[in-house]
Amino acid sequence: MSDLTLDETVLADSAPLPPAGLRHPRLPRWAPAALAVGAIVVAAAIGLAAGLGNKVQWGLIAGVLFMAALYGVTAFVEGRRQAKDRLATSLVWACFLLAVVPLVSLIWETVDRGTKVLDGRFLSHSMAGVLTIGPGGGVYHAIIGTLEQVGLATAIAAPIGLLTAVYLVEYGRGRLAKAVTFFVDVMTGIPSIVAGLFILSFWIIMLDFGYSGFAGSMALAILMMPVVVRSTEEMLKLVPNELREASLALGVPKWRTILKVVLPTAIGGIATGVMLAVARIAGETAPIVLLVFGSQVINTDPFNGAQSSLPYYIYEQWAAGNAASYDRAWAAALVLIAFVMILNLVARGIARWKAPKSGR
Amino acid sequence: MDDMDISPENPAPPLAPEPAENTGNAKGTTRIGDRIFLGLSRGSGVLLLAIMAAIAVFLTVRAASAISKDHGNFLTTFEWNANADQPVFGIAVLAFGTVVSSLIAMLIAVPVAIGIALFITHYAPRRLAAPLSYVIDLLAAVPSIVYGLWGALFLVPHLTGLYTWLDSYFGWTGVLAYHGGAARSLFTIGILLAIMILPIVTSVSREVFRQVPRMHEEAALALGATRWEVIRMSVLPFGRSGVISASMLGLGRALGETMAVATVLSPSFLISRSLLDPGGGTFAQNIASSFKESGDLGKDALIASGLVLFVLTLLVNGAARLIIARRKEYTA
Repeated sequence: MSDLTLDETVLADSAPLPPAGLRHPRLPRWAPAALAVGAIVVAAAIGLAAGLGNKVQWGLIAGVLFMAALYGVTAFVEGRRQAKDRLATSLVWACFLLAVVPLVSLIWETVDRGTKVLDGRFLSHSMAGVLTIGPGGGVYHAIIGTLEQVGLATAIAAPIGLLTAVYLVEYGRGRLAKAVTFFVDVMTGIPSIVAGLFILSFWIIMLDFGYSGFAGSMALAILMMPVVVRSTEEMLKLVPNELREASLALGVPKWRTILKVVLPTAIGGIATGVMLAVARIAGETAPIVLLVFGSQVINTDPFNGAQSSLPYYIYEQWAAGNAASYDRAWAAALVLIAFVMILNLVARGIARWKAPKSGR
Repeated sequence: MDDMDISPENPAPPLAPEPAENTGNAKGTTRIGDRIFLGLSRGSGVLLLAIMAAIAVFLTVRAASAISKDHGNFLTTFEWNANADQPVFGIAVLAFGTVVSSLIAMLIAVPVAIGIALFITHYAPRRLAAPLSYVIDLLAAVPSIVYGLWGALFLVPHLTGLYTWLDSYFGWTGVLAYHGGAARSLFTIGILLAIMILPIVTSVSREVFRQVPRMHEEAALALGATRWEVIRMSVLPFGRSGVISASMLGLGRALGETMAVATVLSPSFLISRSLLDPGGGTFAQNIASSFKESGDLGKDALIASGLVLFVLTLLVNGAARLIIARRKEYTA
């Protein structure tokens, strides 16, 4: 697995032959695997002998032993340069495995602990009248809150983002377009809590409206806009210029060309971008903490009064700090992850299904 | 009119070059539909700029009114007591915690992310490269509050062993001393943030490594270089500026991360010498944790600290984007 692809082709031709005089001696292809097995055995022996209870320590010892042995053996047989190459290969593989570990652990923990209380009752009941220290209750009010807030945010951000992208691709030249491009990029990096503080100072402190789902969705819309602009822009750039020229040559006005030719060609990619943006803001908690305030009961009106939302619900149940509320937090986390993942998968499905045929 | 502006210093842009006559205006017949549509789309762009400006203005106004009532020094006070009769608050501890935890995250995440990007572009079997990069992107799709929950209830209990070990060998440095208790410290935050910024650093670096001219790599291979030498001589030098900007984008994320920090850290308004002992705070965490107990001045004080965070992330992100933009011109 750590062999060079180039070497493999060379080796495949000449593997049965004895090494010719002009070729460097090479390790057989099974050598890394054999060393890996050896390292695991030795590490297990060391672990047992030293009485190390933690399997992570065994793994670390095995990893270090494997790299050291591979380097040593390769340096002896093939030379220092090849040894360095193999060391780099194992380090790069290690990096990738290192990144997969937290992902697997996180999903495993969430599914494992989340399924404990997740059932139909949990999905269809609110927390009204439920003591936080006791079992029971559910996420119904939070799901309603999330759907309404995210829906409103999308209704605000998607058209603005779409039109901005159209401006940048179809009309934009000069200083204004440059400024918009730059600030869209910068806006992607605005911390969600800052967007929340802005709506707080503008909507709640200055205009003196109360906490509401709508206040939260305005902050979410600010976070969503740059993502929509960026992805839509990429998609519009993929639309072949010949289509625009053909339409304009027929005397179709530019705005109809954009609406009837350019946007429909790119619609799959645009939908994907919007859905990925929705998935991103669905998990935002910080603006909700500042602007929506949280609630235990069902409130279907996003314009009046406090609401809850799935991420906020997780935060609240975590803060309650007892076994029953932890169970609810994990179950809600599972619901949220499932929601976000499904959005992601569907979005990518649409992207593949409706990819613009741009000739490459 | 910006759309008509095809002058020597603004040559036709590389993409979607439309002849100017097609906007309709040049022919003398102004099409009402075109004007409305142009107005709408340009208006959206202007609105985006206006929102950015409004964020800066509103935060500054509230922050100024808070700072004028501060009885301590806003920059150097080690205290956050904005709701007292004699309000005293300062960002020293928050600035320290934010910068230190983000730097720890960078130190962990950047090398690993470079490794993963190299793995996906140069080492992984070609058929697996796309699904593997999707797996890394999934890390970015997990909401931050779920990271926080996982960090607080899974990661923290599993780190005490590591911290005890670090303490017994490196405790004499003071920086890595650990005195027991739940591992809800700045270092834990750093580890968690590292996991969270890994996908963005990886995906930007991956794109840069992909753009390395094939000729450079093949030339190196033809000279007999091993795969590692190809990477060291042609891929890494080519990708250096891209990796730097990727790291800065990651840094921007780490600086502003709120919920994961608010759930994991056990906050205190002290700067402790040890990174492993619980305590400290970050801008975003402090805003989320103390918001509900804040009165009017308290909220303004939090907005003031948010303004500092905003400026900080703006600088970091702006710098990263400038590097990327300059690189684009240079390679194009």
